[in-house]
Amino acid sequence: MLVQGIKSRPVYRGITIDPQARRHLVVLQGEGAEALLEQKGSLTPEILSRMEILFVAGAARGKDHDKTLAALSADIFWQAPTVETLLFRLGGSLDKAKMGTRLYIAGTEGFIGRAMQLALDRGMDFQSIPTEHRGSEARRVQCVHCKGITDNVTTSPFTCSHCGLPLLVRDHYSRRLGAFQGVNIDAEEPGTAPEPEELFL
Amino acid sequence: MAIAFRDETFRDDFTYRNSPEAVRRFPFPFDQDNYMYSVNMEPHVIGRKGSVYENLIDVDEHFVSEMRDRALVLKEDPLRYQALPHMMTAQWDTLELLMEQQALGYPEHFSLTKDGNRWRWVNRPMGIDDTFTFGDASTLSYEPLEYITRQAQGDFCIVDQRDGNLWMDAGMVTTQADWSLDFDVGMNFMEWHGPVPLAHQAGVFDRALKFLLNLQQGKPTRRFNWTMTINPRLDTSPENYPKWGPDRGTVTPENVGEKVHLRVELQSLWRLPRSNAILFVIRCYLINMQDLVSVPKWGRRFHRVLKSLPPELADYKGLTRYRDTTVEWLSKHDDGAPTSPGIWPD
Repeated sequence: MLVQGIKSRPVYRGITIDPQARRHLVVLQGEGAEALLEQKGSLTPEILSRMEILFVAGAARGKDHDKTLAALSADIFWQAPTVETLLFRLGGSLDKAKMGTRLYIAGTEGFIGRAMQLALDRGMDFQSIPTEHRGSEARRVQCVHCKGITDNVTTSPFTCSHCGLPLLVRDHYSRRLGAFQGVNIDAEEPGTAPEPEELFL
Repeated sequence: MAIAFRDETFRDDFTYRNSPEAVRRFPFPFDQDNYMYSVNMEPHVIGRKGSVYENLIDVDEHFVSEMRDRALVLKEDPLRYQALPHMMTAQWDTLELLMEQQALGYPEHFSLTKDGNRWRWVNRPMGIDDTFTFGDASTLSYEPLEYITRQAQGDFCIVDQRDGNLWMDAGMVTTQADWSLDFDVGMNFMEWHGPVPLAHQAGVFDRALKFLLNLQQGKPTRRFNWTMTINPRLDTSPENYPKWGPDRGTVTPENVGEKVHLRVELQSLWRLPRSNAILFVIRCYLINMQDLVSVPKWGRRFHRVLKSLPPELADYKGLTRYRDTTVEWLSKHDDGAPTSPGIWPD
């Protein structure tokens, strides 16, 4: 379970497939594949014939999710080698998407945030996009000072991968940036940063 | 009466000071001897002469120097100004409102002449005399919101109203108490207030949102917020925290009077006529402890407020490191006498 009570953090309600949609664009990362596979019983041939699945194995490599997803025989199943390449392809699919297309995103929080950004940039309303958090609780964090983003942050404080400041990970999330906020933890007395604690595994 | 604008700095050598008149008109925000969050809103109407309520958009002796400081912040970090693309109508609404209010309140310093859509804006203290076409952004040197907020004191956010919520979709934020427009832009009312402790549980934000969604044109509303700042620094942004954070460790019993400042935000909220958005003006005033205690009621009361502040609030406002030293210093200016109701000096 994710930490509750962070007002700015999105609520990930799950990616139940909407039978009304004309087209399903399902974007899955790692264990996010299970979010779709667990609904197998309700995935009719008609729904699958209108579904495009984009998948990146990430940390779930070796679990054969790619084979299981391919076996669904959706209209399109495409596997990306990395998150970057998946997002590039997603951008292309969204540019060509027509009215009635529903986008679903499942994976780590950082991944959901990045895929969501592509959709928001194209004018989609975040409230219309079902999301499901699966896998690690690592956070994607933006350094508020240098604006650099560090992915897969599991500790607080952590060292900004851009400017090198020790950053406290605040419970404040920006959907536009797809990231939590990192703030210099020892600004008032440089050199006094506490040891990193594993908080987001 | 013409304002004598001061030439002063809010960084490096910190030459900012309040004149005796500015001390007397300081918006002391506490109407009782303790403080807790509340939906402390009241109609934003013209108030007593010689106070910050003399005009609805207040211009004071710090205007020119504040605008110079804003320009410096923007040179370093242009993202302190942002506006999402759908906010252009609201930008023009804001330009009109600020020009009209400044010209109305301070005719000796500002004037606005309209000939249809052809407008002439004169800002004498800053040596600006521009003619432009209202509604045509290409006739101004910046987008309308950036143009006018480079010539108006305070931070400015424009919130869009849709889906029963308010969305922070544009702003000029260079004099903020530790929040980032760049991070918060695009958020809704609950989201951008997310980090504030205690108030969510108390239902303060639910009630405030309900109130604001019903805000009417021509009936602006206002409230106070406050914190404290070491040295008269306007730009206490999270972006620059490594620059101003160390100041908090420099307070000693000897320098409290000069260094420690009460920072008051007079927030006013205005429904905009064309866009139906809300303009949120966050006007910042700074006063050092020495000047504050020159009004005996304020010295007594602020001592009691600071001493009894809940620790969560002291932490959130970043006061922990110098609170005790300041309370101790203030205690010498509190004889225990009862204080009169209201915010005004006796």
